[in-house]
Amino acid sequence: MKYTIRILRRDRGSTESYIQDFEYETENDSDTAATALTSLNSREALTDISGLPARAIEWECSCLQKKCGACAMRINGRPGLACDAVLADFGKNIIELEPLRKFPVICDLTVDRSILFENLKTLRLWLAQTSDPSDKMQELAYESSECLQCGCCLEICPNFYAGGKFFGMSAVPVTTRLLAQMSKAEYKEISRLYSKHIFSGCGKSLACRDICPKKIDTEKLLVNANALAVWKRNGNAHFARSVNNE
Amino acid sequence: MKRVNIIGAGISGLSAAICLAKNGTACCLISSMPSERAQSVLAEGGINAALDTMGENDTIKEHFDDTMKGGCFLESASAVKILTDNAPEVVMELFRLGAPLMSEKGRLILRNFGGQKKKRTAFAKSSTGKMIMTALIDEARKYEASGLIKRYPHHEFAGINITDGSLDSIVVRDSRSNEFLSLAGNTIICTGGMNGFFEGMTTGTTQNTGNAAAILFDAGVEFADLEFIQYHPTTVGITGKRMLISEAARGEGGRLFIMRNNEKCYFMEEKYPELKNLMPRDVVSREMFFVKEMPECPGEVYLDMTELSSDIWKNKLSDLRKEIIAYLHKDPAAEPIAVSPGIHFFMGGIRVSDRHETNIRGLFAAGECACKYHGANRLGGNSLLGAAFGGKTAAEAAMKDMPDWSEERISFEQSVSSPSVRSRLKDILLGGLGIARDSTRLEKALDESGKLYREDITAIDRMRVRLGTAALRSALERKESRGSHYRTDYPDKNDKYRKLTVVKSAGDDIILRFIPADSEEKL
Repeated sequence: MKYTIRILRRDRGSTESYIQDFEYETENDSDTAATALTSLNSREALTDISGLPARAIEWECSCLQKKCGACAMRINGRPGLACDAVLADFGKNIIELEPLRKFPVICDLTVDRSILFENLKTLRLWLAQTSDPSDKMQELAYESSECLQCGCCLEICPNFYAGGKFFGMSAVPVTTRLLAQMSKAEYKEISRLYSKHIFSGCGKSLACRDICPKKIDTEKLLVNANALAVWKRNGNAHFARSVNNE
Repeated sequence: MKRVNIIGAGISGLSAAICLAKNGTACCLISSMPSERAQSVLAEGGINAALDTMGENDTIKEHFDDTMKGGCFLESASAVKILTDNAPEVVMELFRLGAPLMSEKGRLILRNFGGQKKKRTAFAKSSTGKMIMTALIDEARKYEASGLIKRYPHHEFAGINITDGSLDSIVVRDSRSNEFLSLAGNTIICTGGMNGFFEGMTTGTTQNTGNAAAILFDAGVEFADLEFIQYHPTTVGITGKRMLISEAARGEGGRLFIMRNNEKCYFMEEKYPELKNLMPRDVVSREMFFVKEMPECPGEVYLDMTELSSDIWKNKLSDLRKEIIAYLHKDPAAEPIAVSPGIHFFMGGIRVSDRHETNIRGLFAAGECACKYHGANRLGGNSLLGAAFGGKTAAEAAMKDMPDWSEERISFEQSVSSPSVRSRLKDILLGGLGIARDSTRLEKALDESGKLYREDITAIDRMRVRLGTAALRSALERKESRGSHYRTDYPDKNDKYRKLTVVKSAGDDIILRFIPADSEEKL
């Protein structure tokens, strides 16, 4: 199978983007966008589709198996992980790779996602004291901890923009786990910040639910975090109910 | 001002940073990517501690004995004793930090793991590393907010300055601005194993280039036991890497077989009736290698998980099943999966004392980059433990006698590695350091690495070739078979070699010597 890998590129320090096409041929049906990028960059002399020399493509990559979130980008217009995007599944020969748009572009497909981590600090998301782990909350804490902080949910969110007051779904899993585990005394400040930066800004489009590469049930986590932080409901009971309904 | 530099923000780096911060000591946490992208998030099966919650009368002594036996008595007994004594507290601390390890009524549930007769491995399905990392990341955030932990994101290790056996400074590069910083102060290396020497052939991260190890070796840092490379028995090739199928699959009842004369042959169960499929990883990988060489067994080795109960799939291995379906398009609950051994862990690395000091004053190392707890073969579940405990221990040592910390922007000439040289070095190393080794293959590999070294290659590639050569030399000089190091020309263990293979760079030469495993000589 022969593909055209079409990349929206930008040189380091520049503000102009440009499109460059590369030819990628493979016989392997399971090749992903990450495979194609790795293969292109391992060529001793990379050339574009018309044979002109091109510099190596910058992109972030670490685990290649959907466990680290490094390689998030727009693939044929949809945010996702390059290591999770099987080329053959797109049913077309042109694969368009673009950097995520909600974050400043560093170079090519690499963007600056530091706002994700800054926002978690602003929300004061940590345990002031160690937790008293309860079995009941284990599944919820597990599901929350699966979040990769890749940013796909923010990319698709109609309400999020970097630097805005609304911090988006990527902060919710962390909040959910910690609210589930922290002592009642710690609730107050976290709840206030959660209401300000998450609850009041979320338009409930739930686009995040469909885009999450880990298929985290963002609606469930939101409902739980809202119940705990905003409605001050007993989270355990609520979670137990939502599990029973599955 | 006093501060400690930490290079690497996986489990050992985070553990070190948190330990320093708890003691009021500031640190710089330097990493090329955020902690969420570190290799530690890939760790699957679990973390060992003799918590004895399963009614099997497990003891710390047995954890110690199994670790020593698994490592073929090559590790330092004093260090393993400290590690196993502290293991219950390390694991409980992670649990209290909120890592959702599986529990019942507040007590951790433990699973079986290779090389251990009793249930001793705490776990979170098969995403234990990710769950522990999430808790540590959240804990570190508390100290980032207070200023005790200062992150240097997107910074990579680029160089080191040593005078008269003491660390002067390290050099790091900001990969965004391409600026170089020189940082003085005690420094802990937490850069992981040498995956980058075997690109595409390991279960680890592609972020690891192996360059940090090569630079440190070149600068005179001693390494030990480089010949001990763990091939994990159950990996599958996906594009760009080997994907691990956790030992938990066998811990929960998965069985290995090969077709022999058209019948399923459960070769591990036939040969090892007690531990069966849960023999230490080196033994299983080697048996797979042997069985595949037999003419009556022409096919692949399969991992059969089809008899696992739906309860186990749902509660203990759901993520593993999802992953296999996603990448192999096969459901392990319905059909056996073809597996083969793949490079998974480096027991060898920077030689450290029980306090995690290197031979360079002011320089410490912890986690997979350091050689300490795992001897000739690491037990599953001991790497997360070694990393969490090692990071903390290194931090405790680095807090003492702290020189002044400083930061300075400098100009620095960084050399770049060439893909073709990397690829040639990889092939040379794979030729010499496979599952079965002999002097002919090793001498051929050494001959090739010598030729490559003499070619017109960049400075960093020369450093890489030199460290690779040191690994080949170590494997050639160890004329015995022990743990993961199997020599067809010396198939037996020889206790003359119950010693560490210590290598050090000296100009263009490599000095190699064997020292007793428990020796703290010159450290």
